[in-house]
Amino acid sequence: MRQFLKLLFRNQLAAFGAVVLGFILVLALLVPVLPLQDPDVTATGDRFLRPFSEGHLLGTDHLGRDLLSRLLWGTRLSLAVGIAAAVIAATIGSAIGIIAGYFGGRTDNLIMRGVDMLMAFPYILLALAIVAALGPGLMNALIAVAAVNIPFFARNIRGVTVSLAGREFIDAARLAGMGHVRIILTEILPNVLPIIVIAMSTTVGWMILETAGLSFLGLGSQPPQADLGSMLGEARDAMITAPHTSIVPGVMIFLIVMSVNLLGDGVRDALDPRLKSGALSRPQAKTLVERKGAVPPATDDLLSIQDLETQFHVGKRVYRAVNKVSLSVKPGECLGVIGESGSGKSVTALSVMGLVASPPGVIAGGAVRLEGEDLLDVSYEKLRQKRGEKVAYIFQDPLATLHPLYRVGDQLAEAIQCHHKVSDAKARERALELLKAVRIPNAESRLKNYPHEMSGGMRQRVGIAMAMANDPDVIIADEPTTALDVTVQAQILALLDDLRRERGLAIIFITHDFGVVAQLCDRVAVMYAGRIVEQGPTNAVLDAPAHPYTKRLIACVPELGGGRRELAAIPGLPPVVDKLPEGCAFAPRCQKAREECQKGEIGLEGAAPRKVRCLYPEEAV
Amino acid sequence: MTVALKITDLAKTFSLGKPLFRPALPGVRAVRPMSFQVEEGETLGIVGESGCGKSTLARMLVGLLEPSVGSIEIAGKALDNADPAVFGKQIQYVFQDPISSLNPRKTIRQIMETPLKRLYGMDKAQRQERISEIFASVNLREEFLDRYPHEFSGGQAQRIGIARALAAAPRIIVLDEPVSALDVSVQAQVLNLLADLRTEFNLTYLFISHDLAVVEAVSDRVVVLYFGSVVEIGQAEHIFNAPKHPYTKLLAESAPVVGRPLTAPEQKDSELPDPLNPPPGCAFAGRCPRATELCRTDTPALRQMGEDQLAACHHPIEG
Repeated sequence: MRQFLKLLFRNQLAAFGAVVLGFILVLALLVPVLPLQDPDVTATGDRFLRPFSEGHLLGTDHLGRDLLSRLLWGTRLSLAVGIAAAVIAATIGSAIGIIAGYFGGRTDNLIMRGVDMLMAFPYILLALAIVAALGPGLMNALIAVAAVNIPFFARNIRGVTVSLAGREFIDAARLAGMGHVRIILTEILPNVLPIIVIAMSTTVGWMILETAGLSFLGLGSQPPQADLGSMLGEARDAMITAPHTSIVPGVMIFLIVMSVNLLGDGVRDALDPRLKSGALSRPQAKTLVERKGAVPPATDDLLSIQDLETQFHVGKRVYRAVNKVSLSVKPGECLGVIGESGSGKSVTALSVMGLVASPPGVIAGGAVRLEGEDLLDVSYEKLRQKRGEKVAYIFQDPLATLHPLYRVGDQLAEAIQCHHKVSDAKARERALELLKAVRIPNAESRLKNYPHEMSGGMRQRVGIAMAMANDPDVIIADEPTTALDVTVQAQILALLDDLRRERGLAIIFITHDFGVVAQLCDRVAVMYAGRIVEQGPTNAVLDAPAHPYTKRLIACVPELGGGRRELAAIPGLPPVVDKLPEGCAFAPRCQKAREECQKGEIGLEGAAPRKVRCLYPEEAV
Repeated sequence: MTVALKITDLAKTFSLGKPLFRPALPGVRAVRPMSFQVEEGETLGIVGESGCGKSTLARMLVGLLEPSVGSIEIAGKALDNADPAVFGKQIQYVFQDPISSLNPRKTIRQIMETPLKRLYGMDKAQRQERISEIFASVNLREEFLDRYPHEFSGGQAQRIGIARALAAAPRIIVLDEPVSALDVSVQAQVLNLLADLRTEFNLTYLFISHDLAVVEAVSDRVVVLYFGSVVEIGQAEHIFNAPKHPYTKLLAESAPVVGRPLTAPEQKDSELPDPLNPPPGCAFAGRCPRATELCRTDTPALRQMGEDQLAACHHPIEG
């Protein structure tokens, strides 16, 4: 709650709205105790007194009634009716939405078609019809305004509920013996409440306006009772001769609606999880580079990552996701990077082409060199030309990386035309070639497929074809087979292996699977808590792991053919990278750790090509 | 040995609805009629690739989905109504995604208390006592009880999920990919915990996974599913070493293993058959190197092949 208020008031407009609205609300609440004149006493002799006249601060209206008193009583009434209408509409609308969304199927269909019918009428017509049927009066106007706004809530809340009803915790609640009513009240409602509040905060102002509109037409409050709408309506005739009678309620309506809307937008921004996650703050086109210290000199590798430090700055915390990582590949070589989630392997990969989102990502040190050129130093335009052309990526989930609304053939052609000025026909021809190269059967007809028409394995092949589109020198594959079935995984791995042998591609293959690394990679680097703890030729590392972490991680993976057994486990959890312990990050989980393991910097040492970051390695390297 | 769970001809067809001007579509047969039984204290592994009907089967077993035909018997008693509250005390479910199976707006205590309150009607003191017992068994600290799900790592959240399933004191727990969202070092912790709990509470497990090595390591017997049907059942230690069904063999050979050279066991276009337009005969025939004309017309039945092993194949692998 405190965090919500902090977020809310950081938005200055929302704070301004809150102050104005708060002032008006306090005034409205205090009206009965304020020393005001009776709002309904007429004194025709004093009609149309100007503001600041004796005894009438804001003047009088056409019947000589005190405007200030009528304004405050009217504001009180308008606010009460508007808020009541919002609460009624929110309650009924949300109830309808939750029921429709939770039960789904026929219930949903019936309810929502009914709501659609309600929405088919222009709202003012509908409100007029309701008031006409019920007769004029403030209560009926309230009912009309509430009824007109029910569909808005019903549709909004239904959408949210549908996505919640399919979530696993709802199933879990059913298995725990909860009935439908209880699930709706205790599992679903708390989760949709923020959305209801957001929807309400953005519609209250609108409803106050609608109520005023009905009163203005004479269908709301009846004389002599004052509300803002009827005050405006009565002042209409004297608009030219006594403008203050319409300006006074007009300004009040303006102030209320504006402050409600400003505050409502602020509430929405502070509460909406989608906005909180940074959807509104678009990341920069390239990762922010703020290097301290010297840039390492060039090497003769094809791609070399040198002492790379990538950090995430969130508030005051600094997450050291990648901490002085050095990796390199030569043409035709496959380097495996293995690690658990949070070890920094993906961030390392994304840093290469400046794809880490900034904010909050910052590259704080090191260099990434492609054929000797420092990619962290080049302009965005130059970097963009190299993305896909020199270094291409294959990601884990091809469904998320392919655009769902374009045919795969067009997406491939676009990837080619981004970098080469070729005709559409040429690009299509090349796209077909690529699909054939990744062994997609019936490539010609597949060009016209949309991503959702393909299976996971086929989509990943398209992902690979896309990466190959511009004959890159390096492919960075980030868990490309994790989402696939084993039989499909085997095909994709074989395909990647063939491609690199045929075309001399360098591959950086990121995975958590030792089996995959063993089959595909020449060399492997093991990462833990943002650092490389061991590297060397794949067979050497897997046969005789030197770092205790590597050794125990390999032991954790069950291998087929071992039969039923107790598995080795590593107790504890990896450290959070904003509070890294001194010394070896693995020491708290390591059985061999001694006192000196938790002191000072431990270097990555050993005779090339093997290296290990450990004071007491399992094997001397 | 007593039978803990027996399913007979259990099947689920999802109807596709009737188009306005055309005859009704036949529907997708997610699970074709299957029968098997699980003995008390046993762990039955269920493996198969995506789309083979594993999760549909699991949801039917715990009553979240009503079967189209067939029956489920738990400890000799038929459960014919899909009421999760009736199922809940007998059979519980551990979900794949540990975080999304916990309501983000409830504390762990509220989550843990629900089954105790709803299924057993315990009062506050009894609930506290029972929660302490369960938390001790799954190695969780009681101070976690007043926190919210987002404060936990995947491994801890999965333990909470297991603790919730245990709170209902079921005889059987269906574990639907319980470790596939976890890192390997944590995965082993959870698998070992599950093994300990099984002996401690005399539980029967149905362990669903796509990871053959994990299934083999924890199961007594294994059921292999393909396209909604059981293609092979056998002892865990034999089924992948000496598979009878060519599909089981393909699965076993596809899993990447340290020290085996990289070969794709099948090179040709191999995709699951289209569920909207299922092929006649054996569903695997299109991918099978041993397939003959017979396979493309006749659906093979599950037959005994050797000791404790059943396979549905016209041309099983000898040996």
